[in-house]
Amino acid sequence: MEESKKVYWKGIEQLANNPEFVKHAHEEFAQPGPEEDLGHSRRDFLKMMGFGVSAVALAACEAPVRKAIPYVNKPLDIDPSIPNYYASTYTNGGDYASIVVKTREGRPIKIEGNALSSVSKGGTSAQVEASVLSLYDNSRLRGPFKRGGEKKEKITWEDLDKEVGAKLGEIAGKGGQIRIVSNSILSPSTKAAIAKFTAKYPTTQHVQYDQVSAYGVLKANEASFGKAFIPSYDFSKASVIVSVAADFLGSWISPIEFTKQYAITRDVTEEKKEMSRHYQFESILSITGANADYRGQIKPSEEGTVIVTLYNLIAAKAGKPAVSGGDEKIKYAAKAAEDLWAARGKALVVAGSNDKSVQILVNGINDMLGSYGTTIDTAVTVNYRQGDDAAMAAFVSDVEGGKVDGVIFYNCNPVYDYPQGDKLGAALKSVALTVATSYKEEETGAQAQYLAPDHHYLEAWNDAEPKKNMYSLGQPAITPIFKSRAAQESLLLWAGEPKADYFEILQSNWKTWFYKGQGDFQTFWDKALYDGVLELPAEPAAAVAFAGDVNAAASAIASTPKSAGFELVIYESGNIGNGSQSNNPLLQELPDPITKAVWDHYVTVSPKDAKDINFSESITKYFTIAVEGKSVKLPVLVQPGQTPGTIGVPLGYGRTKAGKVADGIGVNVYPLVAMVNGSLSYVLNNVKFDKTNEEYQIAQTQTHNTYMGRQTVVQETTLAKFQEKHWDREFHPTVSTWADPKHKVAPGEMAIWKGHEYKDHHWGMAIDLNTCIGCGACVVACNVENNVSLVGREEVIKRREMHWLRIDRYYSSDAPADDWRGVEVAAENPEVVFQPMLCQHCNNAPCETVCPVAATTHSTEGLNQMTYNRCIGTRYCANNCPYKVRRFNWFKYHDNRQFETANPAMNTDLGKMVLNPDVTVRSRGVMEKCSFCVQRIQAGKLTAKRERRPMNDGEVVTACQASCSTGAIVFGDINNPESKISKLLKIRPADPERPHRVDKITDNPRAYQVLEEIGVKPNIWYLTKVRNKDKDATKA
Amino acid sequence: MQVSSVVRDPLVTGGKTVKDVSHDISRQVEGSPTRLWWMAMGVSSIFFAFGFYCVCTLLWNGVGVWGLNKTVGWAWDITNFVWWVGIGHAGTLISAILLLFRQRWRMSINRAAEAMTIFAVICAATFPLMHMGRLWLGFYWALPLPNAFGSLWANFNSPLLWDVFAISTYFTVSLVFWYIGLIPDFAVIRDRAVVQGNKIRAEVYNALSFGWQGGAKTWMRYESVALILAGLSTPLVLSVHTIVSMDFATSVIPGWHTTIFPPYFVAGAIFSGFAMVLTLLLVTRVVFKLEDYITIYHIELMNIIIIVTGSVVGVAYITELFISWYSGVEYEGYAFYNRVQGPYAWAYWSMMTCNVISPQLFWIKKIRTSIAATFILSIIVNIGMWFERFVIIVTSLHRDYVPSSWTMFHPTMYDIGEYLFTFGLFFCAFLLFAKFFPVINMAEVKSIIKVGSEKVTADTHDTHH
Repeated sequence: MEESKKVYWKGIEQLANNPEFVKHAHEEFAQPGPEEDLGHSRRDFLKMMGFGVSAVALAACEAPVRKAIPYVNKPLDIDPSIPNYYASTYTNGGDYASIVVKTREGRPIKIEGNALSSVSKGGTSAQVEASVLSLYDNSRLRGPFKRGGEKKEKITWEDLDKEVGAKLGEIAGKGGQIRIVSNSILSPSTKAAIAKFTAKYPTTQHVQYDQVSAYGVLKANEASFGKAFIPSYDFSKASVIVSVAADFLGSWISPIEFTKQYAITRDVTEEKKEMSRHYQFESILSITGANADYRGQIKPSEEGTVIVTLYNLIAAKAGKPAVSGGDEKIKYAAKAAEDLWAARGKALVVAGSNDKSVQILVNGINDMLGSYGTTIDTAVTVNYRQGDDAAMAAFVSDVEGGKVDGVIFYNCNPVYDYPQGDKLGAALKSVALTVATSYKEEETGAQAQYLAPDHHYLEAWNDAEPKKNMYSLGQPAITPIFKSRAAQESLLLWAGEPKADYFEILQSNWKTWFYKGQGDFQTFWDKALYDGVLELPAEPAAAVAFAGDVNAAASAIASTPKSAGFELVIYESGNIGNGSQSNNPLLQELPDPITKAVWDHYVTVSPKDAKDINFSESITKYFTIAVEGKSVKLPVLVQPGQTPGTIGVPLGYGRTKAGKVADGIGVNVYPLVAMVNGSLSYVLNNVKFDKTNEEYQIAQTQTHNTYMGRQTVVQETTLAKFQEKHWDREFHPTVSTWADPKHKVAPGEMAIWKGHEYKDHHWGMAIDLNTCIGCGACVVACNVENNVSLVGREEVIKRREMHWLRIDRYYSSDAPADDWRGVEVAAENPEVVFQPMLCQHCNNAPCETVCPVAATTHSTEGLNQMTYNRCIGTRYCANNCPYKVRRFNWFKYHDNRQFETANPAMNTDLGKMVLNPDVTVRSRGVMEKCSFCVQRIQAGKLTAKRERRPMNDGEVVTACQASCSTGAIVFGDINNPESKISKLLKIRPADPERPHRVDKITDNPRAYQVLEEIGVKPNIWYLTKVRNKDKDATKA
Repeated sequence: MQVSSVVRDPLVTGGKTVKDVSHDISRQVEGSPTRLWWMAMGVSSIFFAFGFYCVCTLLWNGVGVWGLNKTVGWAWDITNFVWWVGIGHAGTLISAILLLFRQRWRMSINRAAEAMTIFAVICAATFPLMHMGRLWLGFYWALPLPNAFGSLWANFNSPLLWDVFAISTYFTVSLVFWYIGLIPDFAVIRDRAVVQGNKIRAEVYNALSFGWQGGAKTWMRYESVALILAGLSTPLVLSVHTIVSMDFATSVIPGWHTTIFPPYFVAGAIFSGFAMVLTLLLVTRVVFKLEDYITIYHIELMNIIIIVTGSVVGVAYITELFISWYSGVEYEGYAFYNRVQGPYAWAYWSMMTCNVISPQLFWIKKIRTSIAATFILSIIVNIGMWFERFVIIVTSLHRDYVPSSWTMFHPTMYDIGEYLFTFGLFFCAFLLFAKFFPVINMAEVKSIIKVGSEKVTADTHDTHH
């Protein structure tokens, strides 16, 4: 069939194919319509309308714009997701630590100790670890302020400098008095800046004070050796330590340093079966007393008596004349003197008293024992606690008398933390010029006319000289967040320097002071900056001649009147300390090492004195404490170990201008501190202590205090037993087998599981109960590293704190272990044991089998891992965890206004900067727990992989291990026979044929696993606690 | 003429005829609800509404509104769950096991008991859902559903997963069993509605009865299905609470980790189930005037079951105490010492009094046949069984291995509110059931009244042997 050739066309135009037709052929209408004339087609209109409608609709549901500005040019040393570390220096008043700051994308997120410092030796404390959050404190000053009347107004730095400069000039012009008030200053460059200021205004006096003064020690050394100084103590060289109310592990002089040294003497191994013997005489139960081998309960008024007794006992042995006084009936005094004398040259006696007379006698004892030159170094003096109580008292009375015209408060807060703070605050109103440089307003700033905020220490350049010839550099880890300015710069500008840049001044100081011309200065500087420390050779110890008047001191002690009522001890608690960082929720929620209380202020009372308080579940009553016309009301916390007739109150509470976190908690007890014999006294006599009927519940993380004689939880022994040949732990759980009831095997040997096999790494941890002092630095470190939520007081009362790592503190009981009712009650003067408790990473994990959705599983390296995304929150795993270390997100703790105060790190824009980007912030309804810092393990493995090498031992350090000043925590690969942990535990595979099997045997006789008999096979071993006691002196 | 047996008393009294049965039971469905019904419904609705508010708060804010803590991760939630599941045991036991054992007295009570089972299981199921931290994911992640995440699958080792299967199977089978039993009775109501000229009711019940016509063959199939389902349900009666008990028995917590749990839990479940059946039926028979169908004889038989199971439970309690001492395990020993002497001793002794001592009163015939005494004791038994679960869950958890973590548990308004929620839910559902469904299995009951053509009166009854 012929194909049709017919062609149809639309019109004559198409047939003709004329250009006009071709032009419009593709369009909808052959003839242009009216809209085409306007240049917009109908379709365009519809398109535009569609876009418009959807754009409006989308805009309506768009999230608020959050500014995230990318780098235009990537800074050379900032790689996203790669952390940078900067060596720096932590100083807070007289407290010091050389540190390494971890920053991510320019934000400091974690602080660790700097091992290069021979002062702090890589040690940190809870306060140091927590200070990173203080950087992001919402109550920081955003810039300089001026106070007009009651209101404070913003002011520019230029105007502030102009006004302050003018006023200073005016004061100087008429010869008025100017004072710079500060805590102990460790920084030589700061001191130089103050010196320059003083040179410009010669009527200036620099007054230093400390929240907790050691002026008595300074004065005693002046009386004994002719010079007011605090020597270096070396506990590591002491085999017998006697401390009379000196909390040297918690707060006395330099606890970080002492903790390090102390741990060395407490470390025992099979090869070194020696350890120090530690006697503590005290009224409150301090963390130091809790670690002592023998603890004598005394009243504060007996501190002098104990020292006199010891003096006389030792003098008798040394053939020196006795002094008057003393009481040989004091328990353990004779035994302590015996041990001290036997350990001459390796002995150390310290006292916490701020009374010059007591300290003179202590010096006398140490002199007789030959401690000077061995355990005490008078050549290397320390610069902490240089506060002068007399000068400060004079300053306050001068201000009150109207003799002072200008005061500059350099980073201190005496209105709050000086006993006469109220008077000072009131009198400041009539001073012509008052300036505060603290980075926060605080109580003192609230009374000052000008607020010239300094940087936070992590934003600032600084230096420090904690000890003679031991220098330390502080470098900023972040650009100042707010419009703050280095206080040293402020001082120099007010002193009339035309231009002051503290960094340049610091650098040039160091060039002048330390750069000896060898090599290029930049290299020298870079090295100092990299190391964070510069240590010049120590001066050789000079022989010292003790010239104290012990008889006068003894008679001064003897004349101390006996107390009629209760005796009060005011002390620094293990979490809040002196209160300077009390607005830090990490510290507020850190359980006090002894009382395990958080977010609360209380008065500790011995069980004997609180017989009518049934202190169960932390429910208690308020008591009034009245002394010398002042009275405060606090809830009672019944504290075993407290001497009957004494009460203890921690400092650091009762803040009014610290910020949302701290304000309103407790009362300020600094005003109770008295001035006795020219120095501040933190113990008071004749205290009236009366019960009220007002009830209160204290938030405590642990309410059951004894370990119920459960040796599977805590195992301990005495040194005498440990020194016996073939010593073995007393407790080895065994089970009978089905086949032969007489044949008993270790519980781990019976299993229906085949057991894991870890071909590569097998992560494990060892925790030495003997060196753990219970300070809690690891708890804070863990919180910061792992973004652990803080939940606040109410939730802690409901027993819902989120800590992944806790320190269990147990008291001994006097009852036999099988008296279950009796062992629930702690002894009057209990032995104390601290046990860090965290996920044990069981190889037969009870949590893993019960999870219905397999959200918690076992890794190929022995980790028990949580998959938050998979968790549905049945809490079955937590119920089935025998160690009770799993934590549930009962609420949404982030981005929830309810938790803004307690948990600013997850609820404020500023606070969120501290979060570790490597760790997920957990959502509501999921379970969480210790991960063995899996993010650090992964980072370590990746580095090794990138460098094509096996991982080295020590390359991965968990946050808790890094923060542990005593080295009680050792983490590592137990598949690697050369690792530190393998050597410590003396670990070997149970089946040499299959070395990667989970079953391992530890040959260290001290190593045991908690709750071994359940057969869950943890990857954490604890090392038995050894008390340096005589053989027969064990308690249940 | 009613035919009476020489050896057995009639199970249905009052000389009821087949017509009477249809009438007595259908009239509840056909008439308007009584004032008593409305009052009960009002109270139940208030409970339900308050509970619903608590549930919403819980879901909105998180599980933290309850009084749970780091140590006690389950308390009222799982206590209530186990309690309701236990109650849900009697229905199927009565229908299935008693059917297999040809216990015909069950016929008057099985319908209501099965309904109770269904509603109790629904109430029970709300707790595992509510107790989850992330309900919005958990309700389906716990099921082995295919997903795009590769090997991501439910954990078949977990007793909680077994629970999911056990409860859902039990619920499904119970529901089907119950519904199949209802079909002929729905047809009766439909037929009566047709006669009465109520078109809507006729349509609705016709649909509900799946167009049942009652042919001989249909009846045959009906009976086969009933027997098959009874056979299927029987092991479920034992398995459900066995598996629930494994939530505890497979754990490592002293007081939970014990092999006695499966039989002990099953006995406890039957014990509490019968108590709840009694509570409900004693009310129902009065409200709906069904005294002739649910007689003292029924009540007595159920009371005997309560003595038996109560004694089994009592033996289990004593065995636990003995073993905790005999095992020589310190933690086990302390766990039980703590139950008896510790801060929750009041709960333990409440449990002992209610569950072990009080049912022994039923040895006395006068008490066993007294309606008032039975009613009071049935409630006491249910209180006791609630305490049993509370004791097992809370006192075991609150003081386990590591003394530093020992805590107390204090319930909040929301713990109580959610419990009331399930009461509201249960009674609303039961009242709706009682109003719209025949509360007694008419078809079966008709099989046990052997009647002639005429109605007999009580006084002539004795003469016709």
